[in-house]
Amino acid sequence: MATPTLVKGARATRSTVALKIVMAVSGLVFIGYVLAHMYGNLKAFAGHDAFNDYAHHLREFGEPLLPHEGFLWVMRLLLIVALIAHVASAYALWRRAAKARTVKYQVKKNQSSSLSSRTMRWGGLALLLFIVWHLLNFTVPKVNPDGGPTDDPYNLMVDTFDVWWMTVIYLLAMLALGFHLHHGTFSAIQTLGFTNTASSRARAKQAGWVLAVVIAGGFSLVPLSVLAGIIEK
Amino acid sequence: MRLTLNIWRQRDAASAGSMQKYELDGVSEDMSFLEMLDVLNEQLNEQGEEPVAFDSDCREGICGNCGLMINGQAHGPEVTTTCQLHMRSFKDGDDITIEPWRSDVFPVLRDLIVDRSAFDRIIQAGGYISANTGSAPDAHAAPVEKKKADRAFDVATCIACGACVAACPNGSASLFMGAKITHLGELPQGQPERYDRVVNMVGQHDAEGFGGCTNIGECTAACPKEIPLDVISQLNKDLRTALKQGR
Repeated sequence: MATPTLVKGARATRSTVALKIVMAVSGLVFIGYVLAHMYGNLKAFAGHDAFNDYAHHLREFGEPLLPHEGFLWVMRLLLIVALIAHVASAYALWRRAAKARTVKYQVKKNQSSSLSSRTMRWGGLALLLFIVWHLLNFTVPKVNPDGGPTDDPYNLMVDTFDVWWMTVIYLLAMLALGFHLHHGTFSAIQTLGFTNTASSRARAKQAGWVLAVVIAGGFSLVPLSVLAGIIEK
Repeated sequence: MRLTLNIWRQRDAASAGSMQKYELDGVSEDMSFLEMLDVLNEQLNEQGEEPVAFDSDCREGICGNCGLMINGQAHGPEVTTTCQLHMRSFKDGDDITIEPWRSDVFPVLRDLIVDRSAFDRIIQAGGYISANTGSAPDAHAAPVEKKKADRAFDVATCIACGACVAACPNGSASLFMGAKITHLGELPQGQPERYDRVVNMVGQHDAEGFGGCTNIGECTAACPKEIPLDVISQLNKDLRTALKQGR
């Protein structure tokens, strides 16, 4: 694989670092999105009407300047673009890494890397599968475990989390999300070149912890509260 | 002390290799790791077997030539080079697995020796400054801020041993590159070529087939010179600036 010659006409845009920057920026878009999404979910604690009103307002947001569901579609397009960029870059880098060491070590110890950093790729794949499931559950056909589609988001949510295995899938996904955010946040900050000192690196790692705990924890509160009977129809 | 060694044996780059087991007795804890291998090779010579080929040069931890994967850790369990690792870090009766650096960019030439010339080409691509020949300028002609001089010096300790690549699960050479880019980028002499340097070095790195960085930090843990992870941030920052400048 090694090349005996010097490369001519190298371009910054075609480098692996550029791919990493694409991953970092698209990842930050997701962080912004999940924070807003979590805020919406926590409306469940304000009751049936507040939760459904919020969901309804998202569709009317920006009217009459924007068409009905216009804001939602802007968001969806942004997320789809970010997802394609994130996954395509991850795939390219994963392939590169696999080709960079085709003969494995007989013995290899991990000295300092966190479990979260070593599970980014498979964890990311798990999250991708969860997103498909999650959209089937709540957005496109709105699979209601009580039977048939429903237009009442609050009831759909409570019915969903009344089913134990749906709650388990959700909580496992939040664990994966927490792991992904723990390393991903730090990695994004480092990839963008903001950790040029030991103290800024420590702060970036702390940011990873905070976001992982707040976001994964915040999302998990809702199904756990349904389980505990705090949130009910 | 008595040791059981599992060593990767490979005749040449074209042959397939395998792990071989050797029993070695009478190892002193004051021996360096390479001296222990010297003893093994004397024993193999006496038995009429082919000695184990491994790289070594200065044997004082500054040339970066020696480098072995010892029990799954680049340069073994201590923060130092293989030649400065001593057998007191091991116990009597230990099993020690010794492998060459594993990277498709560093092909095994024989046994434990790998070809690290890809590093030389990365340096050729950008790890230099252009200076006029003639008499040396006065030392105080180009003032350098103390903080920058310290950082440049700290990362200039990189000996290009390749432990970062060996330890990285992605087989990336980002720590090595980052050390060079930070070293030259902190100094006034490194400014004229700064942003072309990062593009050309990363371009060469990618063309060689090294993997991308995932910031997990195995490289810096394995580095015998303790090059910190922030040099990779510096590399990323310089590349981001080069992107902005359209390089």
